[in-house]
Amino acid sequence: MSTPDQEAGRFGKYGGRYVPETLIPALDELARAWAEARVDPAYRAEVAADLRDWAGRPTPLTFAARLTDSFGGAEVWLKREDLLHTGAHKVNNTVGQVRLALRMGKRRVIAETGAGQHGVATAASCARLGIPCEVFMGAEDVRRQAPNVQRMQLFGATVRPVESGSRTLKDAMNEAIRDWVTHVETTFYVIGSVAGPHPYPSMVRDLQRVIGEEARAQWTERLGGLPDAVVACVGGGSNAMGAFSAFLGDPSVRLVAVEAGGEGLGTGKHGASLTAGRFGVLHGSASSVLQTDDGQVAEAHSVSAGLDYPGVGPELAYLRDSGRLDVRTATDDEALAGLIDCCRLEGILPALETAHALARARDVARELGTGKRLLVNLSGRGDKDLLHVLAELERRAPGTRT
Amino acid sequence: MNRLERHFQQARASNRKSLVVYLCAGDPDLAATERLVPALAEAGADVIELGVPFSDPLADGPTIQRAAERALRSGTTLSGILDLVARLRRQGCEVPLALMGYMNPIVRMGPEPFVARAAEVGVDGFIVPDLPLEEAGALGDAAAAKGLSLVLLAAPTTPPERLRAIGERTRGFLYFVSITGVTGARAALPADLPARLDAVRAASRAPVAVGFGISTPEQARALAEHADAVVVGSALVAEIARSGGRGEGPVELVRSLAEAVHSVRAS
Repeated sequence: MSTPDQEAGRFGKYGGRYVPETLIPALDELARAWAEARVDPAYRAEVAADLRDWAGRPTPLTFAARLTDSFGGAEVWLKREDLLHTGAHKVNNTVGQVRLALRMGKRRVIAETGAGQHGVATAASCARLGIPCEVFMGAEDVRRQAPNVQRMQLFGATVRPVESGSRTLKDAMNEAIRDWVTHVETTFYVIGSVAGPHPYPSMVRDLQRVIGEEARAQWTERLGGLPDAVVACVGGGSNAMGAFSAFLGDPSVRLVAVEAGGEGLGTGKHGASLTAGRFGVLHGSASSVLQTDDGQVAEAHSVSAGLDYPGVGPELAYLRDSGRLDVRTATDDEALAGLIDCCRLEGILPALETAHALARARDVARELGTGKRLLVNLSGRGDKDLLHVLAELERRAPGTRT
Repeated sequence: MNRLERHFQQARASNRKSLVVYLCAGDPDLAATERLVPALAEAGADVIELGVPFSDPLADGPTIQRAAERALRSGTTLSGILDLVARLRRQGCEVPLALMGYMNPIVRMGPEPFVARAAEVGVDGFIVPDLPLEEAGALGDAAAAKGLSLVLLAAPTTPPERLRAIGERTRGFLYFVSITGVTGARAALPADLPARLDAVRAASRAPVAVGFGISTPEQARALAEHADAVVVGSALVAEIARSGGRGEGPVELVRSLAEAVHSVRAS
């Protein structure tokens, strides 16, 4: 038996499979199953039907007229992943992976989650397809994201609080990997981002690619040609890779990745792994990692829990090095301002993660100038963030917002 | 030939079984590790694995996770551990030493500078639980160039053909993981473990050490019948935690494990 597809697990010096030996045969099995499923018309039809009839695809392409006026440059168009079932792009991936788990005969699904969006999407997908689900979530995040914990439980999932390390997303992922090592024969691990060991980075990208392909088709039909830029926020990078991958071969399309600048890059309290990370190994792949001089993984910080991750998908690190990506950051304050703009001018409450992309879209629109058009991947809705946003605004300007 | 390879060559020639023990360097601080290493060698440990603490130890259970957290809190770094090894060697401690730790701190230092420094201070080998066969080329080559051993791991899930490839590529010994799971003491080990170990030894020219989950002299004695060496980690780490890095507890545990393992003769 040869190792399948190993070369495909590398993006230059990034990627690979840095996991305990116990998992290698399972990753081989997964890579083979995915290689078969992704070209199997029956599997593709099932996933497409789930996304259409249950999750709400296609999502609209919305012209943001008042944001465009406010920015004073290129036209701003929004790909509305916020309108998907469970509130974000995450469900594109979980539907595909849970269908794959069934196809492989696995009897149990596990997942990690930070803010809870991937956990909710996995729990919902498992409920619909009738497979038991356990979600690992840092104890600190369980406390901060109580409504998403309750949603997962309503969908029948077991939420397992993780007490180790910093009790956040990276520790939840460590614990999910430990569980997988222990129950590898029966269990399917649904990773929520384009991170982890091969084949996850390419599999999750392929499942999220529907965002970019659908937007591209809508664009061509309604506007002709291609956008001049695509802007997306990056934590682990799944919504960004989903949007970008359909435009990678079009050099005229600028691909703008916006990371969490947190309280400012100079403070060290941020989540900007592409901007400030260094070559390293985290959660099974080589990538750009926030870490100390001694190689300990640093704790990330962001006002948005979904960008609060010290690593990033290996393909994004590769695209950064190749010069294909325009990598920027937005601070917590800028993201909050971007969120308010989108609420007041478009009647859309975006997720705090997405608000980082909106904050930098203002600059990109001005740089491109009038007569150009940019696409923002509106990756999720902000209902989950409502109380948190109000508290953050109150903390910054007491008495003015509430 | 480094101390690790020399040890196993001599053990094999004299039909002796070996005890390998793991402790986390810097738990609770490096001064404690500096006292413990010679004492554990004196008590009968044939090989000592010095754990390099990491913030995200995804192959470890709670006992070793906590040890790593204590070690990091006391300011332990990879560089500080290499300095510790230099001191131990200057004091005449000649026990074979393997560093066991995750890939990221090695990547940060750079595999070649890391191996060069390790060779200089007197490290004999490396065990890297998140570095499987396919990723092991660069570090394995760098280690070989300096005469050090990169020990590879095999697991119950490893298929036979892959097991042979790992057996070819590993240096020093082959580390067979007893269970599908993370580190930590287990009351019972898999019933088919002795049979698996016999198959692993048949597939590997390198000596086979079995580890993960082994905590008692009884378990160690039983498994020494089917392996060249037995590794005990979490049980010792728990004893070190109980004693705060002082006292006779860890030494007594290693003494009883060593008696059990050394009572078995190769047939």
